[in-house]
Amino acid sequence: MNGYIRLETLDLVLAALLLFLNGGLSLAFSLGLEKRLLIAGARMVVQLAAVGLVLKALFATVSPWLTGGVALLMILFAGREIVARQERPFAGWWAYGLGVGCMATAAVAVTLFALTAQVQADPWYHPRFALPLLGMVLGNTMTGIALGMDTLTTAIPRERAAVEAQLALGATRFEAMRPLARSAMRSALMPMINAMAATGLVALPGMMTGQILSGVDPIEATKYQLLIMFLIVGGTGLGSVSAVLGGVLRATDERHRLRPERLRKV
Amino acid sequence: MLSIHNLTFQGLGPFAFEVADGECVAIQGASGTGKSLLLRAIADLDPNAGDVRLDGVAREAFTGPQWRRRVGYLATDAGWWRPRVGDHFADWSAVEADVEAFGLPPDCRDWEVARLSTGERQRLALLRMLGGGPKVLLLDEPTSALDEATTHAVEARIERQREAGCPVVWVTHDAAQARRVALRRFTLRDGELQAG
Repeated sequence: MNGYIRLETLDLVLAALLLFLNGGLSLAFSLGLEKRLLIAGARMVVQLAAVGLVLKALFATVSPWLTGGVALLMILFAGREIVARQERPFAGWWAYGLGVGCMATAAVAVTLFALTAQVQADPWYHPRFALPLLGMVLGNTMTGIALGMDTLTTAIPRERAAVEAQLALGATRFEAMRPLARSAMRSALMPMINAMAATGLVALPGMMTGQILSGVDPIEATKYQLLIMFLIVGGTGLGSVSAVLGGVLRATDERHRLRPERLRKV
Repeated sequence: MLSIHNLTFQGLGPFAFEVADGECVAIQGASGTGKSLLLRAIADLDPNAGDVRLDGVAREAFTGPQWRRRVGYLATDAGWWRPRVGDHFADWSAVEADVEAFGLPPDCRDWEVARLSTGERQRLALLRMLGGGPKVLLLDEPTSALDEATTHAVEARIERQREAGCPVVWVTHDAAQARRVALRRFTLRDGELQAG
């Protein structure tokens, strides 16, 4: 049992029948989901097909510029997602800038580390290695930063009296904001810690499953999965801690005042 | 001495007044005229502009925290950041006598903050600030939630602080209290301080 089993179009059409089975269930129980199912299913097919074609073209050229361009697009989209997941982000460009800046720095640094030290792709910017690695690190870093920033920015108006009481007694902005920063960092990092603890027991990680299906030895697939998990831990940690610290600085000023008016108006 | 010149914030001012060592100045005025904002601006808790000095030394010579350790601002409903009362005090033994004088039981140190009444919180927040040894007191209605007996106890405690040389700025809604605690009284009206 070695080697890769190619899927034919008919295989996919057969599997897609399951989607229509779901649609039938929705109709039978009048869940009202059939239209949404159809749209989401169609989006999935189109988006994945497009990504497949783009990656195929990129792999054929192995251009550092094209790879970098696609990486930049991924980062910009992820930045929008960071802002969208916060109930009351910083006003103006700060929410986007802070999120993208920290996410990009952390994810790119961690991905470059993997590409040059462990994977040693040739050339190092080969899109076949660079883009999947960046994508996985980016996705998790994005979630961490979004959770951390959302926890921080919702705590600022809620805990305003507690923070200002400390400031009024002569605490520095870092002392006064410490409980807020701590809980923001905790909620940013907890999903990743839980994912590490549960991985392998509940479900096989998607990337490892993919490698096994394509004929890679399970031990080798495990090693890759471990590498990815460590990279994710690094990216999420660096990205969310720096974003939360940046948020603490933006929520206060150099005279150690709290500046809740710098959050988006409700 | 606390001296304030050309103080502006959030479209109010300019304000100018001085409070000598051992002097208490009362500030009255309708709600929403900016009395709390004035105290917050002096304590440098909100963005503001102007020349504020303590014993002739400009505020800019201090960091924000250094300034606020000297110029103590007490909000009407000051916040708490730990679960228990005692966790907010660096040295509980220093306030023990005052706790009793304020009509609070000695074991309130172990109470949960969530359990305190508004009046208990108000008295304990004042003691918490006095424990830090401020040189100036900016008090925002420090007795608004207190009954007559405890109000007098609080007034007596602040009187002692004033006699020790502390300049005091006291915001109050209560005209009788203003007359009791301060010889010089202002009313904040239409964005300016008017005598009386």
